[in-house]
Amino acid sequence: MEKRKMLTGNYAAAHGARLARVEVVPVYPITPQTHIMEKMAAFVESGELDAEFVPVESEHSAMAVAIAAQATGARTFTASSSQGLVYMHENLFVASGLRLPVVMAMVNRTIGAPTTICPDLSDSLDQRDTGWIQIYTESAQEAHDMIIQAYRVGEDERVLLPVGICFEGMIISHYMEPVEILDQGKVDRFLPPYRPEHVVLDPDRPMSVHQLVLDDSYYTEYKYQQQVAMEEAKGVIQEVDEAFGETFGRRYGGLISTEMMEDAEVALLTLGSMAPTARAVVSQLREEEDMPIGLVKLRAFRPFPDEELKESLSNLKAVAVLERDVSIGAGGIVYLELAHCLGKKHDSPLLTNYIMGLGGRDVTFEEIKDTALNLFEERDAEVMTNPIRWYQVRGLS
Amino acid sequence: MRNLADTLSRSEIFRSGHALCPGCPGGMIFRWITKALGKDSILSMGATCLALPTGIYPSSVEIPSIYIAMAPAPAAVSGISAAIKVLKRKGRIREDRKINVFAISGDGSSGDIGMASLSGAAERDDDGIYFCFDNEAYMNTGIQRSGLTPQFSWTTSTLKGKVEKKKDLPRIMAAHDIPYVATVSVGYPEDFISKIEKARDMGPGFKYFHIHAPCPTGWRFPESKTIEVARLAVETGFWTLYEVDHGSTRITYQPPKLRPVMDYLQLQGRFEGLSDGNVRELQRGIHEKWEHQITLTPE
Ligand SMILES: Cc1ncc(C[n+]2csc(CCOP(=O)(O)OP(=O)(O)O)c2C)c(N)n1
Repeated sequence: MEKRKMLTGNYAAAHGARLARVEVVPVYPITPQTHIMEKMAAFVESGELDAEFVPVESEHSAMAVAIAAQATGARTFTASSSQGLVYMHENLFVASGLRLPVVMAMVNRTIGAPTTICPDLSDSLDQRDTGWIQIYTESAQEAHDMIIQAYRVGEDERVLLPVGICFEGMIISHYMEPVEILDQGKVDRFLPPYRPEHVVLDPDRPMSVHQLVLDDSYYTEYKYQQQVAMEEAKGVIQEVDEAFGETFGRRYGGLISTEMMEDAEVALLTLGSMAPTARAVVSQLREEEDMPIGLVKLRAFRPFPDEELKESLSNLKAVAVLERDVSIGAGGIVYLELAHCLGKKHDSPLLTNYIMGLGGRDVTFEEIKDTALNLFEERDAEVMTNPIRWYQVRGLS
Repeated sequence: MRNLADTLSRSEIFRSGHALCPGCPGGMIFRWITKALGKDSILSMGATCLALPTGIYPSSVEIPSIYIAMAPAPAAVSGISAAIKVLKRKGRIREDRKINVFAISGDGSSGDIGMASLSGAAERDDDGIYFCFDNEAYMNTGIQRSGLTPQFSWTTSTLKGKVEKKKDLPRIMAAHDIPYVATVSVGYPEDFISKIEKARDMGPGFKYFHIHAPCPTGWRFPESKTIEVARLAVETGFWTLYEVDHGSTRITYQPPKLRPVMDYLQLQGRFEGLSDGNVRELQRGIHEKWEHQITLTPE
């Protein structure tokens, strides 16, 4: 039976991992992820989860233990944030290069300096080239459900890639929401056990895992296969979302979710915890002012849903990308990818980018509404002037 | 001696074509370790010259192996042994099957960049045998100093000789209170193999081996002299063979009389041009170490 409980995002994610029957759990504490670590340790200690909890001495080792355990045939789970995620960077490439479907809760937090324990998405987005699937979620429930979906996506033999389920620290990790904890029996039917054939450290079938591919050997082909797997993942994420909907009655839309997009002339595009606020703004403008605006919530950042975004955005006049991250010297990371994906086709919408909410600064309803109203003012311009905008920097007018 | 003959006559797990330098002691070491531990083993490799035998297709080692990165060979032992534990509980690996998890990594990988990982796995007493292949420098990248390079040694990053002393890694590992720590040398196969077999037959826990491994390429001596150099290191007291078995230390090979350290140094280009003062300092260090170590030994 499903159980409804008041849970933080962290506990919701930990319950997801428990229901996925993870077998080896190496984690190192870091705010705002630490409660996941503590909850997993408690599950193992109480016997609610039959797993080995490995209290590692660093995140670098957390990822190494996960890789080695997964390569031995165990399903693994870890969690990290911020400096910790950056500290394990080197090993993230190894997990994906060896095609090991490790799953990690990436609980978003800024990277110092300066240091804060509050959220932005810079830490996980900084891992975008490591070959991990990345899914962004907006609630404790979505985090819970997606940890379970992540195993089915990552372990699918068309994919075999590690998966990060991202949600913002504090805002989602620490606030309590009513969460439906899924039924173990149903999860067991939804998620078959991990029984790898491709990589397994088994003395009866010795393989040397991770060799040198020197000179003109097959490095390119290895990488190409990872790219193909990422492409395959697009369909698999969609399929798994549908299957999840059939089993549990809840769907999220797969790679992106679009709302109120019928006859829209402009749209807000965002991800993570800003999505619910943006949704409220869009529905108010729709319902009270009859303004033709829609919302696109980006769920998968890797693989990047270029086709889906082109399809839902290309007939619009203008799109604003609202995001809690930045690549200094360029712009918002999601904006940059979207601009690249839409290209300069004549029917591409004008794009603007609002860099807001960095370091956990609150992003209010009024502020998002402000960006939406700007879109209406600018939608008929020839070109978008100053498209990359740092929203309300104090001390600047 | 029967012990050694038995072990070495077992079928080969380590095959030729391993890409190590001529005269590298790594081939012998790999052969002895794999023969002593047998086919029911899983190997974690660090970044070391010794990763070449498993790292170049096809592997020269007929057991499963994984390389993750330079530092985390010890963490991989933890991951593999944690997985084996849970898979045994769940019936996916037979409960009574003994799989020897072991790691091989270099002196720099173990004692410098991987120190946290090594210390963590030891502190948790995760199940496995760790072999530090100590050729006393970063050899794989072309002979740069490591924390385990001896004082006064030339390397490509200490052209006038290393100023600092060698980090005493086995002593650091013994301070972790793990079940077993042993120093071994490629010049003393009986001692080496009997220690591996002892560690293999102990209950679960983290066991640490520190292998003194003369490197003809990096130490600048002819490739035919590997064993001679290895033995002189021990006969001069420059390297000591001992074990720490559940806390009690024992010298496992006592040279009848320590030979002058110069006998060891003069064979190696890396110590060329040492001043008399430097040699005296090394000799004094050896005497002090021996006095200390002999007081540790009850017999
Ligand atoms: C993080 C990282 N830094 C540097 C390297 C480059 N590297 C590869 S092997 C090696 C030297 C290894 O030296 P040691 O551990 O002493 O083993 P040896 O090669 O001497 O056997 C280095 C520095 C690396 N692989 N990873």
